[in-house]
Amino acid sequence: MTAAINTNQRPEPTSPREYRFPRWQRHRLANGMQLVIAPVRRLPIVTLSMLIDAGAVSEQSGQEGVANLTAQALVEGTTNLSGIELADRFERLGGSLNAGASWDFATLTTTVLSERLVDAFGLFTEVLRSPALPEREVLRLKTERLVALLQLRAEPRGLADEMFARFVYQQPSRYALPEDGSATSVAHIDLVQVEAFYRSRYLPGGMTLVVVGDVDADSAIALAERTLGDWPAGTPVQVNTIDQPARSTRAVHIVSKVDAPQSEIRLGHVGLPRVHPDHFPVLVMNAVLGGLFSSRINLNLREVHGYTYGAFSLFDWRRQAGPFYVSTAVKSEVTGDAVREILLEIDRMRSQGIGSDELSLATSYLDGVFPIKYETTAAIAQALSALVVYGLADDYFDTYRMSVRSVTIADVLIAAERHLHPELLQLLVVGDPAAVREPVEQLGFGAVGVYDSEGAALPSYL
Amino acid sequence: MRIAVQSFTLSNGLFVTLSADHSAPIVAVNLWYHVGSANERPGRTGFAHLFEHMLFQGSKNVGANEHFEIVQRAGGTLNGSTWLDRTNYFETVPSHQLATALWLEADRMGQLLPAMTQGKLDTQRDVVKNERRWSVDNQPYGTWWERVPAIAFPPEHPFHHSLIGSMEDLSEASLQDVEQFFATYYTPDNAVLTIAGDFDPADATGLVEKYFGEIPRGAGKPALADMWVAPTFEEPKRLVIQDEVMLPRIYIVFRSPVFGTEEHYDASVAGAILGMGKGSRLVRTLVREQQIASEVNVFTFDLAKGADLLVVDVTAQTGVTAAVLEHAIVQEIDSMQMLGVTDSEVERAAALIETQFTVAMQSAGERADKLSMFATYFRDPALVNAQSECYRRVTAARVSRFAHDRLGAGNRATLVYVPRDGAPVDEILAGAGANLE
Repeated sequence: MTAAINTNQRPEPTSPREYRFPRWQRHRLANGMQLVIAPVRRLPIVTLSMLIDAGAVSEQSGQEGVANLTAQALVEGTTNLSGIELADRFERLGGSLNAGASWDFATLTTTVLSERLVDAFGLFTEVLRSPALPEREVLRLKTERLVALLQLRAEPRGLADEMFARFVYQQPSRYALPEDGSATSVAHIDLVQVEAFYRSRYLPGGMTLVVVGDVDADSAIALAERTLGDWPAGTPVQVNTIDQPARSTRAVHIVSKVDAPQSEIRLGHVGLPRVHPDHFPVLVMNAVLGGLFSSRINLNLREVHGYTYGAFSLFDWRRQAGPFYVSTAVKSEVTGDAVREILLEIDRMRSQGIGSDELSLATSYLDGVFPIKYETTAAIAQALSALVVYGLADDYFDTYRMSVRSVTIADVLIAAERHLHPELLQLLVVGDPAAVREPVEQLGFGAVGVYDSEGAALPSYL
Repeated sequence: MRIAVQSFTLSNGLFVTLSADHSAPIVAVNLWYHVGSANERPGRTGFAHLFEHMLFQGSKNVGANEHFEIVQRAGGTLNGSTWLDRTNYFETVPSHQLATALWLEADRMGQLLPAMTQGKLDTQRDVVKNERRWSVDNQPYGTWWERVPAIAFPPEHPFHHSLIGSMEDLSEASLQDVEQFFATYYTPDNAVLTIAGDFDPADATGLVEKYFGEIPRGAGKPALADMWVAPTFEEPKRLVIQDEVMLPRIYIVFRSPVFGTEEHYDASVAGAILGMGKGSRLVRTLVREQQIASEVNVFTFDLAKGADLLVVDVTAQTGVTAAVLEHAIVQEIDSMQMLGVTDSEVERAAALIETQFTVAMQSAGERADKLSMFATYFRDPALVNAQSECYRRVTAARVSRFAHDRLGAGNRATLVYVPRDGAPVDEILAGAGANLE
């Protein structure tokens, strides 16, 4: 081996090559429908995504779940094609048509080879404009949702997420119930409600078509004008939900799963809305707290203590304030210890903030990973969807990396003080009360309640 | 779509594939080591996977927890995974960080042992035990992924035992095991390296030679026990499992032609006709028409030796017993086995598979992983470009022949999950040779 080569030495990076988020443009049809088009010519594929102002927050009280059922019912047949015919036609084009509703909007989306775009586009618009909403299929979708909720009773991860939301948000916040509705609300939904929801929310003035991939803007616009341009105008009414916390003090909520070998832990409170002046400092703060593998919480719980396979913290971004929480699953015996460590990390973040090494880790990660996030047409379409739905600035993705890099240590400390609220934390544990209750009580965290998997208080623990 | 492929082998046996594509300033580095749970010795189930965790614990020039930190600080993503017959490690980084990614991989391939300590092993053992609790023990139906290989391969077969491992065996793993496993399997001649994305092939070749070139070749790995199994089970197998679940679920497992053969494409098209998309047979009849199933999955394990497995996985609708569900699934399978499939079904399945493949190939990491896979199993990464054509050549006659030969009652291993306090089990046990656990 020659002395010139020293492979023990970590190499220096070369100079970075420039990256630009794909160019995109807007267009508006006469009926108010928006188009967002990003020609990306890497592979011969196109993603179509229709965003509809028909998310879960636009549901009336008592009909929670109707947004998702309506979106799913769209692809169950049109006035011309039965559900089976529609699925078969679409799958012969190599695509699958996915529909669903999230908190702030509903989406109909597909990715197809570009040579099949025109045919796919025809079916795509037919589904939006003339869905049959067949009663038999709507009832089946309703049953499928009820089955999913039933399965959740035995699935600790999903159960923990659902129960956490229920204890964090003040009733009747839409955010207190699952995105797709609860067993009670879904059971009450009928075809009349689905039809009414479709009529009142699926209007061109509340829709944006996002087209990303191997297509030129002019032909995408022409295609949209031809198939969607004569849809009569109309705009759905604006709606909001409340995003206030359920409690002003800390509390512990144990959801009983007898003999569980692990505790699913969720610890958090109401966070902040997607659009907020502190967005970037909060993003960086959370990356260091629990967002990255090398974050404080994951290193502490996993690499120092071996309590868990993984732990993370998250701000769930929505138009209004979604939850902030730490999520992990730990061996039952160490539930109290794990919670104590998480609390210490939250307190430490608020009292000391982060060091320069941590700041550079978080910012260089968020900055560097940016081009990797947008390799696929679907990921680009998703990013543009967020831009549209949350009303982000048109140059948001062009300035994103600069915004990340300009966050300072002082900004992060302020963000931690403003947006982490130890006094409001709610602790949710899906686990075995026999193993978990006493250690958690000893933490002196707050009043402890024990519930069954439906959320009813268990009298034996009162 | 044509993926660039260029390969060479270093003198120490490391097989290298370069696939340049400059559409974005990012590059993926991907290593497959040809070792998996199949190579574990008795009493050490789960070791290949535990070892994978140890590879993130630092090496001679990389501190504990630094591996993740260096890649993330470089703006990259990373992970690793363990399978029955291979273990892979991968990162995607901004292209100007390629040297760092290669250096990290070379440092742990060449000089892992100086960084190994008892403390690190003990911690990762706890982490993996928690991974087992999380993914197997505390998940409804979570034991399926150790029960499927267990029922499909005889006890002495290398694919039979649990990949995640038993708690007892994990407890037994020692630093000496780490040293032996590393020396035997983590050698350049038992690995392939793929670089995909934005790089200059001459520069990359230079970096690979610089960082990997001096790592010594291995002494050869011990031969696996005989991998051969009969092409079918020859008689039905059956196991009923009472579990913490709300609804019955049934897995029907078929021995199937190994990955890489013509017949494997037939098997995967047959699987897509049965369970891929809303227009597939099982979704259409059981979910939509009869409304007795709530979920359908059909997939292959893609094993390249011994036998592959085709798995049909169907969950009941509320109020539907396992017996009713099983009867309906079996009817569909019988019908495909006896009557075959139509051209139109094959076209639908092939179109879906083609789109899925093209969509996946957008990602540098996915391209690199597929290239490594074909390099590991067949020393021929360029097979990645033959996939669409191989699927296009599948005909209804070929799929019907596969169904006839492989989907019969004598080649079915059935796992029936039922709620612990649920419906009577007697009826389900009535099936031939059932065992209850």
